[in-house]
Amino acid sequence: MSGRKLLCAAVGALLAGTVAAAADTVKVGIIGPFSGPFALQGKNFQAGVEAYMALNGKSVKGHEVEVIYRDLPAANPQQSRALAQELIVKDKVQYLGGVYFTPDAMAITPLLAQANTPLVIFNAATSAIMTQSPLVVRTSFTTAQTTTPLGKIAIERGIRKVITAVSDYGPGIDAEVAFKKAFEAAGGQVVESVRMPLSTNDFSPIMQRIRDSKADAVFAFLPSGPTTLGFVKAYNETGLKQAGIKFLAPGDLTQESDLPALGDGALGLLTTFHYAVSHDSPENKRFVEAASKAIGGAEQLSFPAVGAYDGMHVIYKMIEATDGKQDAKKAVDAVKGMAWTSPRGPVSIDPETRHVTENIYLREVAKDANGRLYNKEIQTFPNQKDPGLATQ
Amino acid sequence: MQTVFSIAIDAFAYGMALFIICIGLSLTMGLMRVVNLAHGAFAMIAGYIASYAQRELGAGYAAALLLAILGTVAVSIPLERFLYRRIYGSPQLTQVLMTIGITFCVIGITNFFFGPTLKTIALPASLSTPVDLGFRAVAGHRLFVMACGLVVAAGLWFLIERTAFGIRLRATVDNAGMADALGVRTQAVYAVSFAIAMGLAALGGVVGAEFLPIEPYYALRYMVTFLVVVSVGGAGSIPGALLACLVLGAIDTTGRYLMPDFGNFFFYAAVIAIVCVFPRGFLGRAQ
Repeated sequence: MSGRKLLCAAVGALLAGTVAAAADTVKVGIIGPFSGPFALQGKNFQAGVEAYMALNGKSVKGHEVEVIYRDLPAANPQQSRALAQELIVKDKVQYLGGVYFTPDAMAITPLLAQANTPLVIFNAATSAIMTQSPLVVRTSFTTAQTTTPLGKIAIERGIRKVITAVSDYGPGIDAEVAFKKAFEAAGGQVVESVRMPLSTNDFSPIMQRIRDSKADAVFAFLPSGPTTLGFVKAYNETGLKQAGIKFLAPGDLTQESDLPALGDGALGLLTTFHYAVSHDSPENKRFVEAASKAIGGAEQLSFPAVGAYDGMHVIYKMIEATDGKQDAKKAVDAVKGMAWTSPRGPVSIDPETRHVTENIYLREVAKDANGRLYNKEIQTFPNQKDPGLATQ
Repeated sequence: MQTVFSIAIDAFAYGMALFIICIGLSLTMGLMRVVNLAHGAFAMIAGYIASYAQRELGAGYAAALLLAILGTVAVSIPLERFLYRRIYGSPQLTQVLMTIGITFCVIGITNFFFGPTLKTIALPASLSTPVDLGFRAVAGHRLFVMACGLVVAAGLWFLIERTAFGIRLRATVDNAGMADALGVRTQAVYAVSFAIAMGLAALGGVVGAEFLPIEPYYALRYMVTFLVVVSVGGAGSIPGALLACLVLGAIDTTGRYLMPDFGNFFFYAAVIAIVCVFPRGFLGRAQ
């Protein structure tokens, strides 16, 4: 560094110092799976947060923002509550964010009013969380929200009879109920519903059942990772694909980080989701570049990153509205109805439910020019609210 | 009828995949009397090596499989020499604690070197295309797994029952002191059997990867399944393990076809019933 540059830096630091002296630090506590089997999703949280701070600065109106990460490797409500308590009491955070699993989010909600702290959910995708506390805002999606458009798509594509096959746990059943409702409303018929145990290793018996049901298509929902891989493999190997039985699913099944493992067998799978890494917009380009740098490679990037990125945007707006003071109600009120352009497209926070209203895209797994698999967006369903909340 | 045949084929393939992975564990537990909870970890190491060899070194399926087996055996030899040799004959609690510790270390180390994502082992075209059996299509690799299972069963039976090494091994197991006195190098026999068991785990890990995908928590995720197979079949018995895999595979697969909502209920109900009737497993030897 030359002398002049050094001088400039010194003066800059001094100036920054004087501003900082008048300002303060606002702490944000983020809870997510940063180690263990779901570490990749936690890394995506971190990438989203870091990308936002890299592009928008580390301070809001002179209030320095400090992020504190807390690791929660697997769904564990007890520990989740303990971590939130620790962040509030010991670290004195003004905002809570993150949370990958629904039960963990549920365990935190009773603390919020007492602690005067808003919670911005980056992922947990069950509709009911929003009804637990008025201080919760969500920037991710719900299973019902991403699944519902599939009912209409199925009918448009000439599918009349569907068999559903979902993993036998909360999100799986949410997906089954949401799809069935939308599909039957559009005039289709669900001929059979199979709930598969979460620990299933060999899916060929399920495939035989799908075949025997004589349905035109199968609607599937499984947690991303090894189970999805087994299911899609079995779908191809048992000849269901050649037999012309279509495959419908919400986008968790073809998240970008799983695509290389799924391989060519994934080609042509139809999914609906709120975000694809390939989404074509200048905002997304900027986001993907910054987030890839934070996570260390675009191939690890997946949907939780965008939930975290927008979650950080909401937190910044809250800090701005309260001028750095701790006032949870004012902060949440300030973001109700707020609309902006996210990397996933136009989004807004529904003033009634505090859940994000967003576009849902129909995607087909395709190959790009380099032979890499990606989710190609082929149809848009604009401004989808959460239908799961509307029914409650 | 067609459905019944179809389920039978799936059950057979799944059972054979389990057999290849578990038979090594059955040998260590039955013949060497070591409760090796790290067995799945060795299958996992093999899976990671195979996937790495394919992706980074551009090896074909056969070469990757061979590398994985050699690599896993190479890893297992020093572990046997420096860790396992200390726990032969120790109380079972000591063995369980030691081997579960090894499992966690292996998980940590593999994740550090190979990363936390799901690893796949690409199949050659000949194994990935469905084969038409007339009444249904079966993936080629399922037939391959069945063939491997039968070859392993026959080969092991021959090795233990019909060769000089088998005689030494059986002698060492029954009375190590006496065998030693008669000039059998018992430590070498143990080392070789351990290497064979781990080589089989490796083969099972790679060949069975289509059923049990290689992922960071593989070693823990399937540990109970492996132990169940050994206890139902009877530790150390090759025909027993074969029978257990076929019966459990059939029950699991049929249960999943008929009543998937019951989850693993039928599997574990069958295990309880079998162990009640055969406390040492189907063909277990008296201890």
